[in-house]
Order: sequence, then structure tokens, then C-alpha cells
Amino acid sequence: MKGPTESFPVAANRELGNAQLRSNLGNATSTIRAKRARVVEELPDWEALRDAGSAIKADVLANLDTYLLQFEQALTAAGATVHWARDGAEACAVVAEVARAHGADEVVKVKSLTTDEIELNATLAAQGIHALETDFAELILQLDGDWSSHILVPAIHRNRTEIRDLFQRTIAPDITSDEPGVLAEAARVYLRERFLNAKVGVSGANFGVAETGTLCVVESEGNGRMCTTLPPVLVSIIGIEKLVPSFADLEVFLQLLPRSSTGERMNPYTSLWTGVTEGDGPQELHVVLLDNGRTRVLEDEVGRQALHCIRCSACLNVCPVYSRTGGHAYGSVYPGPIGAILTPQLIGIENAPSLPFASSLCGACYEVCPVKIDIPRVLLHLREKSVDAVGGRTERAAMSGVGWVFGRAWRLRLAQRIGRVLQRPFVRDGVIRRLPPPLSAWTDSRDLRPIAPAHPSDENSGNDDE
Amino acid sequence: MKLGLFSTCVADTMFPDAVRATASVLERLGHEVVVPREQTCCGQMHLNAGYRRDAQPLADRFVATFAGFEAVVCPSSSCVGTIRELYPQLLGIDNQITERVFELSEFLVDQLGVEDLGAAYPHRVTYHPTCHSLRVTKVGDAPLRLLRNVRGLELVELPDATECCGFGGTFSLKNAATSSAILADKCQSIESTGAEVCTALDGSCLLQIGGGLSRGGDRARAVHIAEILASR
Repeated sequence: MKGPTESFPVAANRELGNAQLRSNLGNATSTIRAKRARVVEELPDWEALRDAGSAIKADVLANLDTYLLQFEQALTAAGATVHWARDGAEACAVVAEVARAHGADEVVKVKSLTTDEIELNATLAAQGIHALETDFAELILQLDGDWSSHILVPAIHRNRTEIRDLFQRTIAPDITSDEPGVLAEAARVYLRERFLNAKVGVSGANFGVAETGTLCVVESEGNGRMCTTLPPVLVSIIGIEKLVPSFADLEVFLQLLPRSSTGERMNPYTSLWTGVTEGDGPQELHVVLLDNGRTRVLEDEVGRQALHCIRCSACLNVCPVYSRTGGHAYGSVYPGPIGAILTPQLIGIENAPSLPFASSLCGACYEVCPVKIDIPRVLLHLREKSVDAVGGRTERAAMSGVGWVFGRAWRLRLAQRIGRVLQRPFVRDGVIRRLPPPLSAWTDSRDLRPIAPAHPSDENSGNDDE
Repeated sequence: MKLGLFSTCVADTMFPDAVRATASVLERLGHEVVVPREQTCCGQMHLNAGYRRDAQPLADRFVATFAGFEAVVCPSSSCVGTIRELYPQLLGIDNQITERVFELSEFLVDQLGVEDLGAAYPHRVTYHPTCHSLRVTKVGDAPLRLLRNVRGLELVELPDATECCGFGGTFSLKNAATSSAILADKCQSIESTGAEVCTALDGSCLLQIGGGLSRGGDRARAVHIAEILASR
């Protein structure tokens, strides 16, 4: 899995400069956020559902070894072939082999974050196999060589005029309108033929039912179902944490997911398939169980709750940071608050040390998370790991210095006194407008309230403690 | 009650009037208020920045300083949240005093059952519910109940009130551009209300909001809620 190539502050600075992006994001996230709030409010048992979702996921993670073997057994019994992949390369190799075995130089794909995580498209392309994205937004990004900036709405950073121009250049030279219906029709015409001719389909899975071996994909467009039903061969790649114990458990998640994700009571397409059914759908099913760092995440008692995630993206839409910077600033297929705790754990904190700091710790993410991942708590945990792994000496020294000052009351009083003297040349009309680095990071955009002339903790009678 | 007043490092240093106002509100209600000289900082900055081990002595110091009081009142919801939630969770502190630390408005409304302090503040005011007061300390509508009973105060609703102000402690420096982008929207919301004053429970957030309003030449000022509640 690819990690960020630059630190979050650097990437965020660049993205913040894009006014179009800021306004697209602001509009889109606030719209979805309001929709979600409306449909969540109408469920009287929402909190109980969240508790149930969290409890089921905790059970799955605690007994993953058992559930995975049960899942494999059920799948094999239903006529599927199960592959175990330690990492992305092993998973991609399975897809490539299946495609080659069937002489396919193109596979049609359901929108899938897991396949993005393992960079399936690029790996297949290097072997002469084209992986065609069939989700409308993913298709847009693929045609333009762009990449997703939102878990659910990958092209959230693009507007429809940009999309019309892109389609003119690529799949629909005659298109003139940027009406959503016209754009969708152009994509439909382009995709339909590919669906009918595809030999191999590739999907991820939102859920895998351990008891029955059933795979489940939820989507809005129906293109996913085209991929899972039309081609004679299907390869489904599923992260090992995506299991639920029984079919009945889906009841909880199929309520939590669409309401949290698109703000719908129910998503338009819920596809469930169990192995191979003669004469109906794919006659060859391969299921790849992907680890790719997940067992390492599982080892961390605090961090493992990140594996509860059902990829709804509610945390992105409420995040004050994500809704300003967009997803690209996170440099990973998993952006936003969940990305800030998942990416560093999957690829190692030393490869994404700035991500846990990409948060004001406002807690809005935890409040909306349908499976109750305490994201702020995990962020603090990972911040400590980041400091221990790659913390800078200057910051370390500054923090120790401040800790020393706070260690005794007289030191704080002394620091307040020294600060008062030092700030004198900078105070104008009762505020500080400019300070030298590193404090200029504050005063570049904000005034600073000066240190007051006297302090309440010093106004009490009595002697200093030390 | 004999109350300890934890002034917090931020308010003690930059918002001393908020601390003094907190003391006078409580004293008017007949309580004995002590501001211990030994107090410094709860350790929130170190805890939130990944320096848990450096926070430990500060937390121990807080407990030693305040353990003898019946209750501790503090003009900052995020410091209260740190003490109540993070001390037991992250620092293994098992001392009953952590459960007896309250933010001023929740102490007045939930512990004392007081909503009308006889305050008067003839200004147009908007209230920003800080993130930690909403989601960690969970003060509910206590601040609004208190503000609604202030004579002459015209309370105007803040659009997108529950959105963060962008402060976030060291986040405001490490991710200064993002912090400022979030702040810009908050300032715009405040200006749209036509309020003269934006109030909140946390000095840290008021530092951010006040800095943004002042830099933007906006009409509104940032004022700590204690100062409003102590006004006559």
C-alpha cells in the first residue's frame, strides 16, 4: 500500500490554495452531513445499533481465526476457490493469474477501496491487463489519470463542467451538455458494451458472512451488480476484518451503513452471492482473503478498533480538517479521520508520521461513527508512537522545556514574567500582530492575546511551594 | 462548599479576568473559593501532542494540589475533559477528585441547580459551543440556560455552531494553514450574526477565535462566559 510522499501540512497547504476544491468540498460535505443527520435522527434505536455494530466487530476481531476458517469452509463447500494473500502483491497475482487463465486482457471492476489499497489496477496494467473502473466517479478519475479524494464520493473534488470536458476528450467526443443525465448516459453507453463482453469481473466486498460464505456488496448505481453477475468469472478481494459471524448480523450493518454513508435509509443495490450457482451468474468464483498489514493492526490493543471500520465515510464529512483540505492531502486511499488512524497502522507509523496530527481532536468523527471507533483516542495513541518513532529533537526539547516550566508553580510565574518582558516590543493596541518563527505560524493569520499583567494563581496569599 | 479553582495555564496567563470572574460568581453564591498557588497545568498539551510521559508529573501535581477540595471548578471544558476522561484512561490515575472536577457552567446548573445569577450584560451575544464541551465534558445546554437569564443580553444563534474553531492545541501551529482555514469560516459565521460578542467556555478556543476576529477587523470580540456571568 502506498503511503504519503509528503507530510500532511505540506500537502494540505497546497490543497487549501485550490478555491474550486474548497467550495466543491464545502458544498458536498455539508449536503451529505445534513442528509445523514436527518435519517439517523428518525431511528429511535440508533445508539443501540451502533453498540451492536461495535460489539459484532469486536467479536469478529477477537475470534478472527475461527471465523476465517469457517468462512473458507463455507465458501469451498459452495463451489468457490479461496486464496489467502499475505499482502497486496499476492492478492494482485491471483487476479492476474485468473485473467490470464481465461485469456482476458480486460477485467471490469466494482468500486473497491481494497483494490485501490493494493494498487491492483497498476499491477495488472504492468502485465498488459486493463482494469476498467465501472463506478461512475471512479471511471471519471480513471479516464483523467486522477485519484480518489473521498471514500464514498471519489470525484467529490471535480465538478460537472470538468467532467463534460473530460468526456469530450475521451469517451464521448460529441457531448455538449453538462447535465447530469447526459453525462450518466454517455458513461452508460460506454460501459454497457464492456460489461457484456467482459470475461472476468473483480470486486471487493463490504461484508463476508462467516457462517454461509456469502459475500455482500452495497452500491448505488447497479454497475457493481453488472460486474458481479455478467462476466463468467468473478474474483472478489476481501480484507480479513470484513467478516460478520452470521447472516442475521447483516441486519445491523445494512441499517448502519447506508444511513451513515449516503444518508439513505437503504442503498439502491445490495448484492449478495454465495459461491457458484449453476446456470446463474459467474460459474467460477475466486475469493481472496487479504491481510496486508491487518494482523499487525490487530496486535495493537488500542489501535485495533480501526479495523471495525465499514468504510461509510461519515467521519470525513463531519471532519473540519477533511472538509477544508480534501482527501488528496492525506496521501493515501484512506483519507480523513479514519485514514489518519488506519494508514499509519497499515503501513507503519514511520511511513506516515504526520497523519495522526492532522486533526484538531474535535471529536465529531467519533460522534458519528456507526461502529463507535474512538478515533480521537486512537489518534492520541498514534501521536505518542509517532513521537517515539520519528519525533524531532527541537520539538522534544521544547516540550520538555514547557514540561519543566509547568513542573513547579514558581517556574510558571517566572516564565509568565519573562514572557511579559519579551512580548513588549510586539504588543500594539493590546494585541500581538507579528512574532518571529516558530510562533509566526500563529501570527501569520491570527492576532495573539498578550500575557496579562497579573495572574490569579499569584494573587493568593501564601508562600511558593518550592 | 470549599471549592478549589483551577485557573488553567491558558486562562491564568492570558484570561485572568475570566478566572477572577469565576471566583466572584462562586463566592456570590456563598462558597469559599481557593486558587491554590501550587497549580500549573493539567498536562493536556503534552497528552494531546503525544508526550504522555511528560504529562504524568503534571497530572500527579494536579491531583496532589486539589485532592483536598470538595470540588474543583475550572473555566475550561477541555481541561476538565482531560482530567475527568484522560487521567484515568491514559495515565492510570485512580483518585476520586478527578470525578469532582467541573467546568463552571455545568457546576452551576447541574451541581448547584442555579440558572439565574442576577447578571446583567446589555450586549448582542452569540455562543460558540466548544468541541470538548460538547463531546468530552458534555455540558449540554447549561451555558445557554445561564446566558438566557442574563439581563439585557440578546442571545443570537450561531450558524454551524457545532463546527470546530480550528484551534486544537499544537494543531494550530503544526497545521497552521488548515487551522486558519477552519477559523475563517467560524469568524464568518460569527460576523453573520451581527453579534458584538462571541462567548465560549474555553480560553484556548477564545484565543483562536479572538485572534481571528481581531485580525479580520471584525466587529465581534471574544469574551469568556465567566466574565458575562459575573457582570452586574
